Amino acid sequence: MAGVAVSTTINGDHVEYLCQPDETLLDVLRDRLGLTGAKEGCGTGDCGACSVIVDDRLVCSCLVLGAEAEGRRIETIEGMAHGEKLHPLQQKFLEHAALQCGICTPGFLIAAKDLLTKNPDPTEEEIRFGLAGNLCRCTGYDKIVRAVQDAASVMRG
Amino acid sequence: MVAVTLWGSLAAVAGGKDKLDIEAKDIRELFRKLAEQYPAFEPFIDRGIAVAIDGTIYRDTWSKELPEGAEIFLLPRLAGG
Amino acid sequence: MNFDPRLTNRSFTSVGTRPVRPDGIDKVTGRARYGADFNMAGQLVGRVLRSPHAHAVIRGINTSKAEALPGVKAVITAADLPDLTNGDSAMYDILDNCMARKKALYDGHAVAAVAAIDARTARQALKLIEVDYEVLPHVTDVDEAFQHGAPLINDAVFTEGLEEKPVKPSNVTKRTQYGHGDVHKGFAEADTIVERSFKTEQTHQGYIEPHACVASVSADGMAELWVCTQGPFVYRQHCAQLLGMEASKLRVTSSEIGGGFGGKTHVWAEPVALALSRKAGRPVKLVMTRDEVFRASGPTSATSIDVKIGARKDGTITAAEATLRYSCGPYPGMWAEIGAMTSFACYRLENVKTVGFEVLVNRPKTAAYRAPSAPMAAFAVESAIDELAKKVGIDPVEFRIKNAAQEGTRASYGPVYGPIGIGPTLEAVKNHPHMKAPLAKNQGRGMACGFWFNFGGQTCVDLNIGMDGSVSLAVGTVDVGGSRASLSLVAAEELGIDYSQVKAIVADTSSLGYNDMTDGSRGTFSSSMATISAARNAIKILRERAAQMWDIPVDDVTWEKGHAIAKGEKYGNLSPLSLKEIAAQSGTTGGPIAGHSELVADGAGVSFATHICDIEVDPETGSTRVLRYTVVQDAGKAVHPTYVEGQYQGGAAQGIGWALNEEYIYGKDGRLQNAGFLDYRIPVCSDLPMIDTQILEIPNPNHPYGVRGVGETSIVPPLAAIANAVSNAVGVRMTHIPMSPPRILAALEASASAHDA
Repeated sequence: MAGVAVSTTINGDHVEYLCQPDETLLDVLRDRLGLTGAKEGCGTGDCGACSVIVDDRLVCSCLVLGAEAEGRRIETIEGMAHGEKLHPLQQKFLEHAALQCGICTPGFLIAAKDLLTKNPDPTEEEIRFGLAGNLCRCTGYDKIVRAVQDAASVMRG
Repeated sequence: MVAVTLWGSLAAVAGGKDKLDIEAKDIRELFRKLAEQYPAFEPFIDRGIAVAIDGTIYRDTWSKELPEGAEIFLLPRLAGG
Repeated sequence: MNFDPRLTNRSFTSVGTRPVRPDGIDKVTGRARYGADFNMAGQLVGRVLRSPHAHAVIRGINTSKAEALPGVKAVITAADLPDLTNGDSAMYDILDNCMARKKALYDGHAVAAVAAIDARTARQALKLIEVDYEVLPHVTDVDEAFQHGAPLINDAVFTEGLEEKPVKPSNVTKRTQYGHGDVHKGFAEADTIVERSFKTEQTHQGYIEPHACVASVSADGMAELWVCTQGPFVYRQHCAQLLGMEASKLRVTSSEIGGGFGGKTHVWAEPVALALSRKAGRPVKLVMTRDEVFRASGPTSATSIDVKIGARKDGTITAAEATLRYSCGPYPGMWAEIGAMTSFACYRLENVKTVGFEVLVNRPKTAAYRAPSAPMAAFAVESAIDELAKKVGIDPVEFRIKNAAQEGTRASYGPVYGPIGIGPTLEAVKNHPHMKAPLAKNQGRGMACGFWFNFGGQTCVDLNIGMDGSVSLAVGTVDVGGSRASLSLVAAEELGIDYSQVKAIVADTSSLGYNDMTDGSRGTFSSSMATISAARNAIKILRERAAQMWDIPVDDVTWEKGHAIAKGEKYGNLSPLSLKEIAAQSGTTGGPIAGHSELVADGAGVSFATHICDIEVDPETGSTRVLRYTVVQDAGKAVHPTYVEGQYQGGAAQGIGWALNEEYIYGKDGRLQNAGFLDYRIPVCSDLPMIDTQILEIPNPNHPYGVRGVGETSIVPPLAAIANAVSNAVGVRMTHIPMSPPRILAALEASASAHDA
């Protein structure tokens, strides 16, 4: 199969790559661009470990084709901190120990960032439903919800 | 002399006896004497036997001393998650 | 090395605080490298062909077409993994499970594998492999497999542990028995007896990270394996043995691990990846898909359990009995035996008898899952206990307090307990505000107790002090949930320095001596013991160096709060030397300063927990909602309390999923029908409430700080606590886990029609 030439923006940087027509955005990020922060937990859009934001929309990158990134703006976990300065969500996840094994953490952070962008002051229930597309098997979600509540409060100032 | 209690499957190998009195100063000597007395114990020892000495379970410390009069309970070595 | 592991009275400076973990930043920035995040130059993609049949003879495999496909670099079958197990039946089973030899024993059993230049070529190659199967009758249900006349999975299996050696083969590999006293006499003394049968379905550990590894075997026979595992040293041993290598020639590096819960204690794909690499002469990356994780790795047992418990009017249990049948997959295990040992471990019983049967079925090989086998036994026993308490007319908490095991009680599995925490967890629950909170219509409250053994085992730690006074701590137990933080706290505590001065890493198998796996809740228990020992050895050297620097006898130097102190009035004008000052001079006082420890951390204290749960049931649909959940558990000493809470909450959440949702569903064709997270639904954020925790600290006398393992016990009570809550909400005893809406509706309908009749 002939490759597809794609020109896109990832974490603010202009990026060009060649991918197969049937290759997912997740595979492109991980295998072609070395951005392994997004994880493949299922490959079927059920676990959210591969969450990225495409043009302000939260998606599972395993359900998006690499070719579909043409002309879009993509945000991944690698672009969440500004240099050494962590995003408040990242900081609060650390402080609240909202991670144990950490495999789901990049997906949760991206999903939480998207949630707080759209709803800066969510209730506990809104957080729980907002993050229901991301699976965590270690924490029971308690500390994740608390970290998001705390980060939201910091971000509101 | 210590009183050694065997768990079910091991007792079957010891001819149905679930209690044995054995002169042994530590776990290593206990296993050696058990294997001498009951050769059929050897595969169990190879597979792993844990020794509870007065309630505390030892899985690997064969040098652990068996205090005179201590209650010794043999258990299979377990898997964990 | 002399090391006294006994508990000493002390106050703590670092232990018990809650700092940020050392591996945290990498995990929130996406930099942490897990199993699938590592690559090597020239790496190929490995893929495994799996049996679509639950039970079939493999008459032949033709790989020639796959081998001829451009881009395919190696195709292997069982012939490429010859049997080198030398009569070791447990290792043979591992080998056979990694790659089926004569028969495929379950849907998903590996039969061949390929390595190709990319994933697409590898997938195409799998389709070109021709396997000639002779399909055999299969059995996937534990009770059906137990019956005479069930399809035989292995005709060489004759039940062990029976009084008379059986003349016919069966699917029951072993019978085991535990207990003491005389249950017949005990039941004769009872005023009330409860007798019930229970079933639990098979569940998966459900770690979010699929199994993944990169294997590289070089032409000179040296090999490297990067892998997500709970036990790199055990993986090294098993892989080396199965491939006929010397262990020292195989270097295993454990990646960050994306959850294990027991499922990453077994090799599955790793020997296959090494064999592919050996044949292809290039590194091979092998990552399981989620479908493969469900079909071919790790589930726990499905069970069928009969329980009988009798009590006097005053609430004293007079006798308790259980018969437990646990599925093992197609290879023998000791899962029912562990169930038989743990069933009644919470109680003080004069007459108790448990019998376990290990049952073979055409399902994936059962693997450990967090306190393996204990949750199912606890579900059956704690449900029956609740029912008995009601019949006798005593509050379920009081009933349990009355019969709880205590120091000096003979455990149902044999030994006599030392100081234990079951009583205190029950008292804490009795006094917890959760127990007094009001309930509304269709809501029910349940509580239950749980027990787990906890392990110690072989452990090795290196503690190196840099010239700048910073400390590197290399441990060999994989960090599954924050142990690098807790072990750094312990090193800081013992040395008397700040947590920030210590950096802990998990070493690879060539850099450190052998370590048992992170299983049996042993990670922090055993590695903290070795860390304390290593730190004490380092302090001895620090004192010697300070003595040299001062030119005084070492016996006159003590170590306090991170400093060498010259004791005695004659040294009055010598100011203390800090660790940093001594380290700075190490080059001229004898070279690098380090402390090492190699020990067996035996004496892990047993662990108990009691949980409370409120549930609301919709009687129209049978759906449930967890309203409130509380975990009370003994930690011995909580080194990093936040991560202890995390273990309590995580175990409870897994138990909630098991109790209400999760199950392997097999079709009549013996194929798994829900091998994905959509249909095998683990709890999501919106399914759960906050999970409250209460940490009790009843010190373990066999650890210098009193630490007990905390990882596993939290999954033991939930099945029963939730079943009791649901039963209280709907007024019908629930006996089949998971209590999915159809099962709850069926139970309600059965009860209604019984009332009508």
